[in-house]
Amino acid sequence: MYRYDEFDHKLVQERVTQFRSQVARRLAGELTEDQFKPLRLMNGVYLQLHAYMLRVAVPYGTLSGPQMHMLAHIARKYDKGYGHFTTRQNIQYNWPSLEDIPAILDDLATVEMHAIQTSGNCIRNVTSDQYAGAAADEIEDPRIWSEIIRQWSTFHPEFTFLPRKFKFAVTGMHTDRAAIRFHDIGIEVVKGTDGKPAFDVYVGGGQGRTPMIAHLIGKAVPAGDLIAYLEAIMRVYNMNGRRDNLYKARIKILVHSLGAEEMKRQVEEEFALVTEQGIPFLPAAEIERIRAYFQAPAYETLPDTSDALDAALAENRRFGDWVKTNVAPHKVTGYAIANISLKPVGGIAGDASADQMDLIADLTTKFSFDEIRVTHEQNLTLPFVRKDDLYPLWQALEAAGLGDPNLALITDHIVCPGLDYCALANARSIPISQKIAERFADLDRQHDIGELKIKISGCINACGHHHVGHIGILGVDKKGTEFYQVSLGGSADETSSLAEIVGPAFTEDEIVDAVETIVETYLDARENDERFIDTYRRIGKAPFKEKLYATH
Amino acid sequence: MPLIKNGSFADDEWVSVGDEDDLPSEGGVIVSLTRWLAERDTLLGRNTPLGVTLAAGEVPDAIVTDLDRLQLVAVQFPIYKDGRGYSSARLLRERHGYEGEIRATGEILYDQWFAMARCGIDAFEVAEGTTLAAFDAAMNELSLVYQRTGDGRPTVMELRHKSSD
Repeated sequence: MYRYDEFDHKLVQERVTQFRSQVARRLAGELTEDQFKPLRLMNGVYLQLHAYMLRVAVPYGTLSGPQMHMLAHIARKYDKGYGHFTTRQNIQYNWPSLEDIPAILDDLATVEMHAIQTSGNCIRNVTSDQYAGAAADEIEDPRIWSEIIRQWSTFHPEFTFLPRKFKFAVTGMHTDRAAIRFHDIGIEVVKGTDGKPAFDVYVGGGQGRTPMIAHLIGKAVPAGDLIAYLEAIMRVYNMNGRRDNLYKARIKILVHSLGAEEMKRQVEEEFALVTEQGIPFLPAAEIERIRAYFQAPAYETLPDTSDALDAALAENRRFGDWVKTNVAPHKVTGYAIANISLKPVGGIAGDASADQMDLIADLTTKFSFDEIRVTHEQNLTLPFVRKDDLYPLWQALEAAGLGDPNLALITDHIVCPGLDYCALANARSIPISQKIAERFADLDRQHDIGELKIKISGCINACGHHHVGHIGILGVDKKGTEFYQVSLGGSADETSSLAEIVGPAFTEDEIVDAVETIVETYLDARENDERFIDTYRRIGKAPFKEKLYATH
Repeated sequence: MPLIKNGSFADDEWVSVGDEDDLPSEGGVIVSLTRWLAERDTLLGRNTPLGVTLAAGEVPDAIVTDLDRLQLVAVQFPIYKDGRGYSSARLLRERHGYEGEIRATGEILYDQWFAMARCGIDAFEVAEGTTLAAFDAAMNELSLVYQRTGDGRPTVMELRHKSSD
């Protein structure tokens, strides 16, 4: 993975010093909360319902063992002993005191981490595929390009006060685990005409109150042009994006109002002018320098089958279930990708305790070449595990409450913090997720239902990705009572689709039954091994609607 | 308002003239883009220094052909969050080669001066009470940059590959 050099180190340290002085000015009363707000927001510090919240960047979701140990240390020393992994592949601490934040940033800097641009109307932390470097069919590791974009976007002097926040996602292959079509800019590495990596660039996707699927405007943009092309998009947006209405300020609204063709024309016109200026954006030597950090780890030559794995599978059924759902094929023979579910039944999606973080850090050092990935679905991934090691790995996870075999099943939800934490929320999300998980806790039933992605947001801002849930649940407030609106058929992958609202909202008491009715309707209609989303796309909304509202 | 120009406090030799106001008989004047476009010939006939304000949303394209006649372009930031002026300043300096004064006006905060300078702004209308020490500090909090702009600072990428030569 990428390691800081002297320059990266120095810049992060200077940023800590700068923020420490901003905090000191606030604490001394030289800055009012209003004046402090834009400063803290540039560094991931939010004022939530009960306290300040600190969001720490995990660039493209990649963490080393020592970094994870540091996250555990921070949870223990400055917070209440846990952290929350987010859909941006970051981690949030919900209870730090403002006085402590400079010290937290100092601690983070020792392991090459920071909170730069994790909030504010700037280019946010770049997200990527959690299987980067491990997936077969990958054209190139997307983290090379994510890192290049991270550096280019860090303290960009022109694009720090954009109309609204701006999110990038990058994948190294067509199969999409990073929801690139639901980002302001989504980038897919493709093979250029010269056989070298090039980029398909999608613009104007997003969720929030106006969900939209991004448009492909740049086809096979060559590597040397990438930053100039992105600079052109950003400039068109910075100068033309709406600033009169917070809810119409994202680039998706600009793309929608101009039309994708006109947006493409304007970007290409600006790109031509940028290129004409001959600005040296990305020396070839720099691409090679960064690429070298993402070389394959020192894999062993192993047979495809593992006797140890086969023996364990024969012996332990729960482990067998885990391998079925949580383990994915690896591009190297004898290796596997292991996913750690942060969705135990009754838990809070994405939360991990300091002890769990320490354990995962130790396990990855031992079993996965010291690398961990955070997924946008709020789970963790160990990307390079020998098949021989899967059983001891799982046993250690299981003992710490991290061995649930439920990845992508009906109890694996994306859930926003909701009214339990968030100042913007209209309704609670966490308890709804917990109730659904409890209803479907039986593992055989979960495995029988198969892949089914439930995504829950506590308000229209859609942080819980309900627009792209196979089942999406949106909390709304009606005269002081929480209601839950259900949508069906969304998908964040390369088959991207937006979920459709199925009918009137349900009360808190009704919502779990409604989910069960949807599941039963699916099971009755399912043909062969069809997943929920396939059945939904085949039969449409009507049968679900009929069952859901038959007795109303 | 105090004016910091090229890193020091400077007397403001310019007068901003409203669209309905009479022009002073002598001295440099700054007018809105609207007035510039309406009274361009009269203004050019004055033989005094001329400046134009670009309000947020007004783009340099409108004055590109006149840049050699303008000694000053004021870029207005109506609120700190409105970042259009950063693009305007870069385009003036880097694309159109403008060498006159680019002055930031409006709500510009301590923590924005450095980025503004990187975009080519060389004069700042700052709040009363601002000290030069504060200005210097703001300009020196971050010593390294990742992006090439018209300020000519070598980027981290360039420094890296220079040191490895």
